[in-house]
Amino acid sequence: MTTTTTLPDPVIDADLLTKTYKLGEHEVHALQGATLKIYPGDLLAIMGPSGSGKSTLMNILGCLDQATAGTYRLDGVDVENLKDDALAEIRNRKIGFVFQSFNLLRRTSALSNVEQPLIYSGLRSRERRERSASALRAVGLGDRLDHQANELSGGQQQRVAIARALVTDPAIILADEPTGNLDSKSGAEIMCLFQRLNEQKGITVIFVTHDQRIASHCRRIIRISDGKIVADEVNADQLKACIDV
Amino acid sequence: MFLIEVIRLAFRTLRSNPLRAVLTLLGISIGVGAVIALISIGSGVQRYVTDQFTSAGTNVITVTPGRMQRGFGGGAFAQPAQLTMSDWRAVANEVQGTSAMGVSFSRASSIIYTGKSSNVNINGVSPQVGAIQGWTIASGRFIDDADIASRSRVLVIGQSVAKDLFESGEDPIDQSVRVNGLPFRIVGTLVAKGASFIGDQDAIAFVPITTAQERLFGSQSQGTSGERTISTILLQANDDASRPAVQRDTTQILADKRKIEPGEPNDFTVLSQAELVNSFGLVLAALTTFLGAIAAISLLVGGVGIMNIMLVSVTERTREIGLRKAIGAKSGAILSQFLIEAIVLATLGGIVGVLIGVAGAALASRLAGIPADVQPASVILAVGFSTLVGLFFGLWPARRASRLSPIEALRFE
Repeated sequence: MTTTTTLPDPVIDADLLTKTYKLGEHEVHALQGATLKIYPGDLLAIMGPSGSGKSTLMNILGCLDQATAGTYRLDGVDVENLKDDALAEIRNRKIGFVFQSFNLLRRTSALSNVEQPLIYSGLRSRERRERSASALRAVGLGDRLDHQANELSGGQQQRVAIARALVTDPAIILADEPTGNLDSKSGAEIMCLFQRLNEQKGITVIFVTHDQRIASHCRRIIRISDGKIVADEVNADQLKACIDV
Repeated sequence: MFLIEVIRLAFRTLRSNPLRAVLTLLGISIGVGAVIALISIGSGVQRYVTDQFTSAGTNVITVTPGRMQRGFGGGAFAQPAQLTMSDWRAVANEVQGTSAMGVSFSRASSIIYTGKSSNVNINGVSPQVGAIQGWTIASGRFIDDADIASRSRVLVIGQSVAKDLFESGEDPIDQSVRVNGLPFRIVGTLVAKGASFIGDQDAIAFVPITTAQERLFGSQSQGTSGERTISTILLQANDDASRPAVQRDTTQILADKRKIEPGEPNDFTVLSQAELVNSFGLVLAALTTFLGAIAAISLLVGGVGIMNIMLVSVTERTREIGLRKAIGAKSGAILSQFLIEAIVLATLGGIVGVLIGVAGAALASRLAGIPADVQPASVILAVGFSTLVGLFFGLWPARRASRLSPIEALRFE
């Protein structure tokens, strides 16, 4: 970072986040002062073994949970003191989630699955359908709009989930082990899709993973251990997942 | 707009497990069906009974001997009392505002004709009784003043008596029959009124009151004072407005005549047809409500069924709830989703129940010959109540769903 131009405002600005759970008599310190800034257009992986606090960090960054102490600014909004309903609204407008197990509604069309977040945004049905169809086209499923979710292959299901995350035009996409339930070919295709969305549309993607293959496609890798960030480095030899990009 | 989405979602969810939806809904349907069928039959019977009473003539006031106890178990006579011909004359001379009045003396007996007999109530009457009681002459004539004066042995018979004694095609008029060993000539027949809940109204015969008192039942009509006794005085008030005054005046005249001190109970009863209809109506309405309430209990059972299935559904769909929360559903949105699902289930069940109830009422009325009266109010009430049942029993599962933590719900296997 030797440029003289000022940096854009970070999309995620977390400072000294701690999280303490009570398990009976014991206190579990899942996070012990995690500080990180993430800038728009980044493609990064948060890595760590299980029990490292990686999931806790993801839940807090995803506004599914709140830190015990510390400050967290997401896309210019201080979220640490927000109530449940306000957090739901933040998740709806600013975050797109992609899960390991896709979490699609069964017996429901791809289009309708992608529409769901927009229902909670209060959009009219025509606009919902148009935006959902264009999100599905962006992930390469323009010809599968009316297919039932459970009739699609795993890779296609994950694409529907990515379209669902994209459709609200969020500030960040949080992907939790997005290739964990896929074979390596489909996994590579999904990584290719993320990379393309990041490069072509500038979408910020944060992976939470313990899979080195996912991390190798990222520009930046943050390592977490025992509730603390132990490494934050630029991935010098980032792999291109897509041969044709 | 959000509501429409949620209702659409509820239908889609129910369609995804149709068997379960139908079984759950059936609990409500049976409850609603039972309520509607019972209330329809109850109010049908109520109307039928009211019609029976009013067919005997409105504004009719009857005076009978003895004091009738009010309330349930009414009709018990506190003491033996007699009304006599002089009581009748006092009422006939003094009461104003009537369009017709009559007197009767009745005893059960049998009419015999060529070896056949018919057991009936022989009513000794004055001429106007026929009209007051709403009888129409089918052939011949009714009892007249000349019959009364001459204590003539003439008889007017109802259709059931005619059927008992005569072959079809045989004309009863001018036939000679025997009552209590005395020969009587039939002078008239009556148009049938049909059966009622009190029995066959057409098993009846009329004779002149003087003939009944002095020739047929001489010893039975001998009062303690030496006067002839009577069974009933019948008064027909001019209209609804004059009925209370007629009732009051009659009571006063008889109390004076019979020297009953003010404050002492009367030893006779003045009853209007309207009061009788009202008290029967009240009893029947209470009965209908009672039956409806019993049926409503099954609605509650149906509601518990809905709650059960909704709780199962919340558990099964924990991950869906977690996902919905993650993508921005507020607690209220989850609450309304599950609540509306329960309400849709219950309301659909209610609508199916209305169909079952209407069909059941129609079937019962065809099989039992009781008219059923499906009232729009009871239909609206039953569907509305089933919606409330859905709301009430859906609330707890829906609250449970809305309070799930998104993290734990997403992790749920």
